[in-house]
Amino acid sequence: MQVLFFYLVALVTVISGVIVVAAKSPVNSALALVNTFFCLAVFYVMLSAPFMAAIQIMVYAGAIMVLILFVIMLLNMGVEPFKKFTHVTWGVVAGSLVLMLTLFFISRGQPTKVVGAITRDVILKEGHTELIGKSLFVNFLLPFEITSILLLVAIIGAVILAKKEV
Amino acid sequence: MHDYSLIWLIPFFPLVGFIVNGLLGKKIGNEKVIGAIGTLAIAASFVVSCKMFFQLLGDVEKTHEVILFSWMSVGQLQIDWGFLLDPLSALMIMVVTGVGSLIHLYSNGYMHGEEGFYRYFAYLNLFCFSMLMLVLGNNALVMFVGWEGVGLCSYLLIGYYFEKKSAGDAAKKAFVVNRVGDFGFLIGLFTLFWALGEHGVWTFQFTKIAENAHLLPAGGVVVTVATLCFFLGATGKSAQIPLYTWLPDAMEGPTPVSALIHAATMVTAGVYMIGRMNGLFSMAPDTMMVIAIVGAATAIFAASIGLAQNDIKRVLAYSTVSQLGYMFLAMGVGAFSAGIFHLMTHAFFKACLFLGSGSVIHAMHHAYHKAHLHDDPQDMRNMGGLAKKMPITFITFFISTLAISGIPGLSGFFSKDEILWWAFSSTRGGWILWLIGFIAAGMTAFYMFRLVFMTFFGKQKTDARAKDHVHESPLVITIPLMVLGLLALVGGWVGIPAALGGANRFEHFLAPVFEHAQETYGIHSQHSLHAFEFPLMGCSIGIALVGIFLAWIMYVKNPELPGRLVARFRWLHTAIFNKWFVDELYDGLFVNATKRLGRYFWKGFDVPVIDGIVNGVGWLVQGSSRVLRFIQNGQIHSYAMTMVLGMVVIVAVYVFK
Amino acid sequence: MITVNHYLVLSAILFALGTFGVLTRRNAIVIFMCIELMLNAVNLSFIALSHHLGNLDGQIFVFFVMTVAAAEAAVGLALMITFFRNRESIEVDDISMLKW
Repeated sequence: MQVLFFYLVALVTVISGVIVVAAKSPVNSALALVNTFFCLAVFYVMLSAPFMAAIQIMVYAGAIMVLILFVIMLLNMGVEPFKKFTHVTWGVVAGSLVLMLTLFFISRGQPTKVVGAITRDVILKEGHTELIGKSLFVNFLLPFEITSILLLVAIIGAVILAKKEV
Repeated sequence: MHDYSLIWLIPFFPLVGFIVNGLLGKKIGNEKVIGAIGTLAIAASFVVSCKMFFQLLGDVEKTHEVILFSWMSVGQLQIDWGFLLDPLSALMIMVVTGVGSLIHLYSNGYMHGEEGFYRYFAYLNLFCFSMLMLVLGNNALVMFVGWEGVGLCSYLLIGYYFEKKSAGDAAKKAFVVNRVGDFGFLIGLFTLFWALGEHGVWTFQFTKIAENAHLLPAGGVVVTVATLCFFLGATGKSAQIPLYTWLPDAMEGPTPVSALIHAATMVTAGVYMIGRMNGLFSMAPDTMMVIAIVGAATAIFAASIGLAQNDIKRVLAYSTVSQLGYMFLAMGVGAFSAGIFHLMTHAFFKACLFLGSGSVIHAMHHAYHKAHLHDDPQDMRNMGGLAKKMPITFITFFISTLAISGIPGLSGFFSKDEILWWAFSSTRGGWILWLIGFIAAGMTAFYMFRLVFMTFFGKQKTDARAKDHVHESPLVITIPLMVLGLLALVGGWVGIPAALGGANRFEHFLAPVFEHAQETYGIHSQHSLHAFEFPLMGCSIGIALVGIFLAWIMYVKNPELPGRLVARFRWLHTAIFNKWFVDELYDGLFVNATKRLGRYFWKGFDVPVIDGIVNGVGWLVQGSSRVLRFIQNGQIHSYAMTMVLGMVVIVAVYVFK
Repeated sequence: MITVNHYLVLSAILFALGTFGVLTRRNAIVIFMCIELMLNAVNLSFIALSHHLGNLDGQIFVFFVMTVAAAEAAVGLALMITFFRNRESIEVDDISMLKW
């Protein structure tokens, strides 16, 4: 049952991915991408990471995709006037090389059996959000703070770049 | 007991003056402040020099070395930044700082209102620093630093009025000619270094060189070659044949500079250097002979040119060359202390003469300026009768003229006569050398009195409009003149020879430096000739008087006589007036030959070979880039593709390893 | 039973798709979205491995990746607007100034 569900969602994910790459209109691409994000959120739940699923939907599907759609709308882009692809052969070669390489890597590797402290039962008992929060604000406090600086810089950069008169 | 550790202050003060004036002078802007800084710097160093000098006078031990810090240390070779104080260098620092202080003071008045006043004082202080390093250095490399430093300052100061083409050219000429000499100096230095190194003594230190000089065969090829190269360096710096041509042109610089650098101090560096290495030079009789001959030849040659010049400073310049010739003559016949003695007295009277001529030029310049005329303020034909207008300048100038002419009782007489006596009687001398020096002495008296008569006596030939504007110079100019005039009068009394009942304290003072070499290599005046001492002295007094008398006849009594003589001996006058065409000869022989060689290399080598290689490389790069530019097409896609493929390769290497 | 390999293969497929899109699409916004797709593929493998190993560090990393993606979106889209304003186009073929 679970496996079947996995394959179903995986199929939807891959199809949405293909649409993202292949759609004529950028709006279609964007909607397909949102769909992909939702599917990934489902996987996160299946991997007992509900907090990450929530973040995925809020940040990606909510914030970033809205931003992208907003820009598409702002630039008033319809269907692309002529061919949307270039260098398809090269793209196919490179893409399949990447795929083959990673698949080969995965098939050759033997997943380790190391099981850490955070098992499914611990997550259910303690709560995923609480665990993430502890880890983030105890072990990774400095990177977290640096991230805020990154965001600040990004805001300033975006404002300056998008201003009409520089 | 006696402490010499403060000796570093002597060059330090001028260095500070240079830095302050050089860096901040433009900001300070006030001439009084700048002049005070420059003058006080050298005056302070004069005070320290005095202390050192008198301390040394009362000391039993006469040679002191003060090491400031280690400069470089390579293997066995240890080169220090150190000072050597012995009677010779003590005397030199006294001359340099003493005359230097007076000339700094004088410059305050003379350079008043000149553009770049601060620059002038900065250079002058830098010069003093370099000169003091030259005379105080305890090894040949420190000396060389000073040697190059004074050359640089000489260049900078000759070209002080760089907006004038002639000044720029003269500066370049001085620099290039000096470089020829410096080249010789370096070759000599390294020959010596290598030759001593063969015997296991790797050193540049003067005391060690003197100690170990006996390792080299006396009169051998090595010593002769090395000393000849040193002498080439000396001819460059001290303006001897064949490298004297820069000095007369150097008169393009401000007059105080001519007095300090091109008369009193820098040009005597060559003499000092030979004195410093007297032990080495004594070992090479052949070199000594060359020096004596060159010195004597320069003395008479330059004096002959001086006979017919009309520019007041040029006459003095040739006179300087001639007097330097005397010093080299003295060095060449082994009369080291006599040479240094003449160096000192010459510094006094020649500085006084130059400053006096500067005072005259200053006055003439102002007079012409007020009358809005553009005549040459340095041409003696426009002067005359200035004695009444400028009494102090005249009196001091006259005393110095008497001194240089060799009138008994004044400083120049004792030093010159001692040189002539040694030239005659020394074991390394000969009567021909004496004869040349003797004739040159007569010429000296003649041209100097010609100068005095044309400038100060007779009718004033200045343009009527400017006539009444000629005035005596201000005190700041006349005080140095008076001091130097006094020194020119009495400066020789420290060296009255034994024959005249004096004690010749000067020679005794310098004896620790020179005696050893003179005794070892048997340089002394021959006893068999001592009977001639008084007759010779009488002869030189006589010829001086004859010279003066001739000048008096030609330029006071019978002013049209020179014109008649010129008409009679036109070719001779033309030759002398044009300085025997030596400049033209050098131009033809060296300058143009070098230019032709340069052009040949340009057309024949540089264009086809060097440029060919460069252009070939250019074509090669262009060709290969034409292929490579297809990669760099500016398309993001192809860049991204390259990146992805690169990453695939890198990961693949790890995966398939 | 779903193993970690399932997730990794899915992640690989998505990543390859994204790569293909980045390399072949001409519209800058679509390229941008393809990059997001690649990032998400990586995120998936992070979380899958984190779950498999019983260690939360991978999820923290995903958190940071999201932050970077947000920053990238802000700056990247601003760039596109500026570019569009100057060129009336967001075709990457028109961006050929990346050479001397």
